Amino acid sequence: MAGQTIVDKIWQSHEILLDPGSGESLLYIDNLFLTDSSSFHAFDLIEKEKLPVRNPKQIFGVPDHFASSKSKKLLDIADPDRIARINDLESNCKKWEIHHFGLDDPRMGITHVVGPEQGITQPGKIVLCGDSHTSTHGGLGALAFGIGGQSGHVLATQCLWQKKLKQIRVTVSGSRQNMVTAKDLALKIVSTLGAGGAFGHIVEYAGEAITALSIEERLTVCNMTIESGGRAGIIAPDQITFDYLLGKDFAPNGRDWENAVKFWKTLQSDPEAEFDREVFIDAGSIEPMVSWGNTAEETLPITAYIPDPFSIEDRDRRESLSNALEYMGLTPGTKMTDIKIDQVFIGSCTNGRIEDLRAAANVLKNHTIKVPALITPGSNLVRKAAEAEGLDRIFIKAGCTWGEAGCSMCVGMNGDIVAPQKRCASTSNRNFVGRQGSGSRTHLMSPAMAAAAAINGRLTDVREL
Amino acid sequence: MEPFVFHRGLAAPIDAINLDTDQILPARFLRKRRSDPEYKTFLFHDLRFDPVGNENQNFTLNQEAFRGATIIVGNSNFGGGSSREAAVFALEAFGIRSVIAPNFGDIFYNNCLKNGLLPIVLTKPETDQLRKTLHQNPGSRIDVDLNEQRVSTDNGITYAFEINDTAKSNLMLGLGQIGLTMMHAQRISEFEARYNAQLYS
Repeated sequence: MAGQTIVDKIWQSHEILLDPGSGESLLYIDNLFLTDSSSFHAFDLIEKEKLPVRNPKQIFGVPDHFASSKSKKLLDIADPDRIARINDLESNCKKWEIHHFGLDDPRMGITHVVGPEQGITQPGKIVLCGDSHTSTHGGLGALAFGIGGQSGHVLATQCLWQKKLKQIRVTVSGSRQNMVTAKDLALKIVSTLGAGGAFGHIVEYAGEAITALSIEERLTVCNMTIESGGRAGIIAPDQITFDYLLGKDFAPNGRDWENAVKFWKTLQSDPEAEFDREVFIDAGSIEPMVSWGNTAEETLPITAYIPDPFSIEDRDRRESLSNALEYMGLTPGTKMTDIKIDQVFIGSCTNGRIEDLRAAANVLKNHTIKVPALITPGSNLVRKAAEAEGLDRIFIKAGCTWGEAGCSMCVGMNGDIVAPQKRCASTSNRNFVGRQGSGSRTHLMSPAMAAAAAINGRLTDVREL
Repeated sequence: MEPFVFHRGLAAPIDAINLDTDQILPARFLRKRRSDPEYKTFLFHDLRFDPVGNENQNFTLNQEAFRGATIIVGNSNFGGGSSREAAVFALEAFGIRSVIAPNFGDIFYNNCLKNGLLPIVLTKPETDQLRKTLHQNPGSRIDVDLNEQRVSTDNGITYAFEINDTAKSNLMLGLGQIGLTMMHAQRISEFEARYNAQLYS
């Protein structure tokens, strides 16, 4: 018998049945996360169908998309619709006795930061959320993916219909150069696979450059999987994973912990397991990366120049590239480091964890920024940890705004937006047209690179600072 | 859910590739409930309207001949990006019954099926040809026959498409997904009991 991948193992242990007509499996779901931005549709659905929430203890509600970065007060939220949606989440969770980490709960934050931080996300689990960056949780060895409209279905049944996805293994060998971060790795992987390159696939990340990553870095890499079209990213759990989870509130303890670790150790792809595709990347070749276009594929090393669409043969691709350059207000041949920026955003489920804030603070220390910079922690706990280490004082002294936890300017849904034609150096995950606000121009990069850009007011190679 | 068996409708071509869900429904409208009477105006909002709210005449859905379109013929990577189901709600509110493209964002594709909207995958040359035909004959109709799994134009083009049997029968019956799953309630309960018994043991 051929070997199994991690995903095969998790799939098998959660498959209730297979429907031959659709080729879809009915999977048992360990945890569902609900956010303020999409869960109201799910509750509307079960109300309409007059069905109860099947397993409320396996469900977690966290308001993050609409949460204000200015304060914890509801009144600081931009408009009545958003306040209503945050209230909907709270009242729905209360009604059904679902865990709810509200705005002022010390555990509140961006859902994909909170799940791992609380130890809710664990190796071998299937974790879902109505948000595409659910792929983040794969950094702990869980099979985690975004679902659109099926949250209501999961609330009512604790199950999901899902066709078994194909699998890609991305092996990153060697070791990273100095100042090259997990974000640079993630951007390199996406630009190698292409924006649609992992469509319909789950991506397992392996190789010594991956196993060398901390959990926070692994979460960053898995987070960006969706930018190559992949539904989920996953990294085999190891001692680093177990050490991270030990003692977390929702992680098993005592006898359960020992049994859990024994089981988690089996979650490795077998040596003879076969993948639908294998991709190899040399970590040593990666430089600090910056996106210039409107997909994360359109990313280049900071030492590069803006590409010329006329050199591209494929007509659609050429057109799309020209459109991206026009939207981004860029001229082919411009040196990346000559691009001036208007503002900086550091935060998000990609780069809003404590290690990210430390990296930014490390660069910002003893500097003054030239353009406005908003820094928002990924959770209330990250905020507290950052303040205990004095990072907030470094940020404020440099001239940055130190905000409250939430999705903030990554998705521009809480009122923190980038104005039309303004250029933002951002540690978030998407540089789509209009992502950070209508007409906004986003350049994706690591926290250290974003901090360097804030200091110089232009895209900057952090290694030269 | 409105059943989908056969649909004849006005079809509009949209040539852009990578038309992601942020463009189908900009994020700022995600806080709206579907019952909002303005819901249909949110569809492709920033492509359809300029910043002061005037219609962009270059966008096909705003052109007289394509007004009232119920079918969209798009291009590669339609509906990629964010998992927002509301992108499908906006299409539905606008009156779109079917979207044809060479490939779709995974989540978007499934969201369409679950909301009674038929996503059709044709080859790249086929969709290019369909859009070309629609540009040349603005205002023309397309027949979408789910039962026969066939798309055809009045000037004689016919293309076959694939769809899985379960999705097809659910669409044709207009069957919601929860009802379907509940037919397996017994097996779910048995599985759950077994699963919980072996967890951490």
